[in-house]
Amino acid sequence: MLLKIENVRKSYPGGRPVLQGVSLDLDTAQTLALTGESGSGKSTLLNLAAAMDSFEDGEITLDGTGLSSLDDPGRADLRRHSLSIVFQQFNLIPSLTVRKNLSFHARLAGQEDKDWNAHLADRLGLSDLLDRYPETLSGGQQQRVAIGRALASRPKLLLADEPTGNLDETASANVLDLMLSLVSETGTALLLVTHSSEIAGRLDKRAHLSGGRIA
Amino acid sequence: MTQAVVQALLSHWRAHRIQLATLLIGIALATALWSAVQAINAEARASYQRANNQLALGQFDTLQDPSGLFPLARYTELRRAGWQVAAALEGSMRTNGRTVRVLGVDMLSYPALPAVTQMEEGETPPDPAQILTAPGRLLLHPELATLLTGTQDLPPMVVTDNLPSDLILTDIGVAEVLLNRPGLLSRVIILPNQPRNLPDLAVVAPSLERIDAASQLDTAQLTDSFHLNLTAFGLLSFAVGLFIVHGTVGLAFAQRRAMIRTLRALGVSMRRLVWMIMAELTLFAIVGGILGLMLGFFIAGALLPDVAATLRGLYGAPVSGQIALQPEWVLAGLAMAVGGTLLASGQALFRLSRMPLLSGAGLQTWRVASSDRWLSPIAGSVAILGGVAAHLLVGGLVSGFAMVAGFLVGAALILPTLLSLALQVLQRRATGPIAQWLWSDMRAQLPGLSLALMALLLALAANVGVGTMVSSFRLTFTGWLDQRLTSELYLTPSNQQQAQEIAEWLAPQVHALLPIRNVELSHSSGPLFLYGVVDDQTYREKWPLIASSSETWDRVMDGTAILINEQLARREDLWPGDVLSLGANLSLPIAGVYSDYGNPTGQAIVSMDRLDKITPGAKIRGFGIRVPEDRATELAQTLRDRFDLPSRSVVQQAAMKAQSVAVFETTFVVTSALNILTLGVAGFAILTSLLTLWTQRLPQIAPIWALGLTRARLARLELLRSVLLAALTAVFALPLGLVLAWTLLAVINVEAFGWRLPMYLFPSDWVYLLVLTLVAALIAAALPALRLLRLPPADLLRVFANER
Repeated sequence: MLLKIENVRKSYPGGRPVLQGVSLDLDTAQTLALTGESGSGKSTLLNLAAAMDSFEDGEITLDGTGLSSLDDPGRADLRRHSLSIVFQQFNLIPSLTVRKNLSFHARLAGQEDKDWNAHLADRLGLSDLLDRYPETLSGGQQQRVAIGRALASRPKLLLADEPTGNLDETASANVLDLMLSLVSETGTALLLVTHSSEIAGRLDKRAHLSGGRIA
Repeated sequence: MTQAVVQALLSHWRAHRIQLATLLIGIALATALWSAVQAINAEARASYQRANNQLALGQFDTLQDPSGLFPLARYTELRRAGWQVAAALEGSMRTNGRTVRVLGVDMLSYPALPAVTQMEEGETPPDPAQILTAPGRLLLHPELATLLTGTQDLPPMVVTDNLPSDLILTDIGVAEVLLNRPGLLSRVIILPNQPRNLPDLAVVAPSLERIDAASQLDTAQLTDSFHLNLTAFGLLSFAVGLFIVHGTVGLAFAQRRAMIRTLRALGVSMRRLVWMIMAELTLFAIVGGILGLMLGFFIAGALLPDVAATLRGLYGAPVSGQIALQPEWVLAGLAMAVGGTLLASGQALFRLSRMPLLSGAGLQTWRVASSDRWLSPIAGSVAILGGVAAHLLVGGLVSGFAMVAGFLVGAALILPTLLSLALQVLQRRATGPIAQWLWSDMRAQLPGLSLALMALLLALAANVGVGTMVSSFRLTFTGWLDQRLTSELYLTPSNQQQAQEIAEWLAPQVHALLPIRNVELSHSSGPLFLYGVVDDQTYREKWPLIASSSETWDRVMDGTAILINEQLARREDLWPGDVLSLGANLSLPIAGVYSDYGNPTGQAIVSMDRLDKITPGAKIRGFGIRVPEDRATELAQTLRDRFDLPSRSVVQQAAMKAQSVAVFETTFVVTSALNILTLGVAGFAILTSLLTLWTQRLPQIAPIWALGLTRARLARLELLRSVLLAALTAVFALPLGLVLAWTLLAVINVEAFGWRLPMYLFPSDWVYLLVLTLVAALIAAALPALRLLRLPPADLLRVFANER
């Protein structure tokens, strides 16, 4: 099992529980949609899986590594080498060109493959935009760069938090198609947080969070 | 409505308390150094004015002989012709190891001086006959009276607060004796209310020159350049402080755009908002200004003793008293604080007032729009060229300062463009992803940090410039001391008889005995001290000539030529080959010009025989004694024992040099202190910029953290970023500082003090300053870095939250 979430509990500061014993699994090359209402804890669970936040109880295991025992450098190392994240707001580095943004994560991980980068740029329709800066791109183009950046390091797990939430319908469909296609092509597991039942329906599995539990 | 709007506006500051503190501290720092300098200048000028009032200087036209002292007969002739005039004899005498000014006036005809009035109105006024007849009375300041108590051969003293602390006022008859100038006068003053139909002065006293009261050079004029120097430093500090204000207000306005938009949508007019924001800024300016005045008062009090020492050392200008809290000073300081704050906020306020109601531009757009890429460097180039043009076309001290200001302002405006270009080059050369991000991120941060970096540039350039000037001066000065203080021993006799005895006793025992004799002459350029020297190899080999002609010393020694000091040469544009007039009947060709640092007045050297012909009987002030070095200590002690001389009357060369160097160091204490303070303000500007930018940093840092960099590493990179930007700024500050140093040495010093110094370079000082800068940058970035290090992941995750 690539990602195993077992009975994880997490509270907000002040003690209000957000996750109350959540468990789910994700295998290699599998795709999972995590749905739920606003405030149900979807993003929190994704952040925990991304080793960006800590939990009070339970365990998350990624590729055999338990996250609860990792210190800050260990978590950073995991984020660099084992997983990638796509955010709703793209979160590209505004001071770097598309080319540099695309390869940034892979280079951080010491896994840059220029041929693969070129292939990704081609697949994502970014070949003509490589020397431009993010602020000059449309939202859809920026999100395609973010997907390229995430996949350039060939992660085992891709985490995506509402990746099409900031895009119009056409751009949204286009970005999702590309992401699912590339995930399938590379055998990357995908955990995707979404509000949309339609998007969730296109993935292998679906989990619905409600009141801090998997419904 | 007003109350609701005020509450809304002030809520920003409640939520951004560090920003508010930064704004107030910026205003306070700008006001503090400026006000401190103004307080010092005001106190010094008040001292000069007191001295002028006490001696009635600059209040009456005077008659003087261009060649110096003139006989009493001229005065008598004027009186006989009906002219209402009063005589004065002025000079200096050495007593008790100290030089004291003596002013002898005709007590019966001279306008009532405050000291005399105070004495007459005292409880036990002396009999007028006692004052006018031998031995007379000396009126002097209590401080001087204490120093002279017990001195033999002095008339009884009458203490008064109404005199400068280095002057003795007495009747002219007593002054004649003290100064050994029987029957001679320095000047006569022309009293007001002259009778009608007086004969023309040109007929009665053709050899005397009438000098208008308005054109008499007083201490205030003499020290103007020094005070201008201080004011320039104060202005620099003020400008650096305003950089902080400008940056903070700009960010605060940018952050309040959404609120302003909302208020306008709710029906508050932009005009009303602008007025309320101006009122808010004025309030902050007053609060910051009061804090600044308190700080400035403290700084001024701490610096005044050193300024007083400097003014005494450079100009012989007496500055006493202590900083007093003057209402005008407080009001002027507050006006500067309010004016400066509104000036520094003007651009941000103007842009805010022009903001369309439906503008959706965020912080980044605000910043990008605020920096027109080429406007700033073009304006900078114009400032530099304008400064240079002002100097070339106008000349003089003020245009020299205009050139300095042009260089500083211009370079500051060009700095962001230069830094951006440098960072672009470094980014291109970087290979690793983190290095590339770091350089590119630094470039992206430039608009927010550029004001602080400009402030740092100015402070560093001022440090390099002033430091180079002071160090060059120190090196030149110590070399000059080595040339000037060549005798192993210097001796000051108690009186002329003792001088003769010592000379006779010493002559067979030493290599050379060099008498020091001088007289004070009047010259069109001001007082001129004429020295006589004996023909000795010491002078020929060591005297620090900066310009000479052929057979310089031979011509001086045979009495056919004269040497003059650099101050006189530059002031009167007299150089070897020109002729110096020493009065109606005597002119001598100039054979050479020598450097003479620390002396405000003109000086000239002739042979001893020539001096005797010009002013027979000039006193021996002291001796330079050439003996083998190993005998100096023993001989000094023997002289003290044999002639009952106080220890300070026989000084060894090393002690004299140490004393001179100590005076030199004191002279530049103020400059160094202002230098350090300015650098401190610039360091604080960096800290405040980093703190105010903090809220914008998270969205830039969080993605990098999410991609796998630890907070510790990011914190280290934050420190590195600050240090690298400071280092790059320092690299650009160095050439600017050297240009500034050259301007100070070759233009400002020549105009202000009358001497030009060679420029030396001190790379070790630059390294020290660079280390200091990097440490300052490190300290400034430490707080934001520490914040980042301790930042909970939840705060970073908020950046990615979808429901923000």
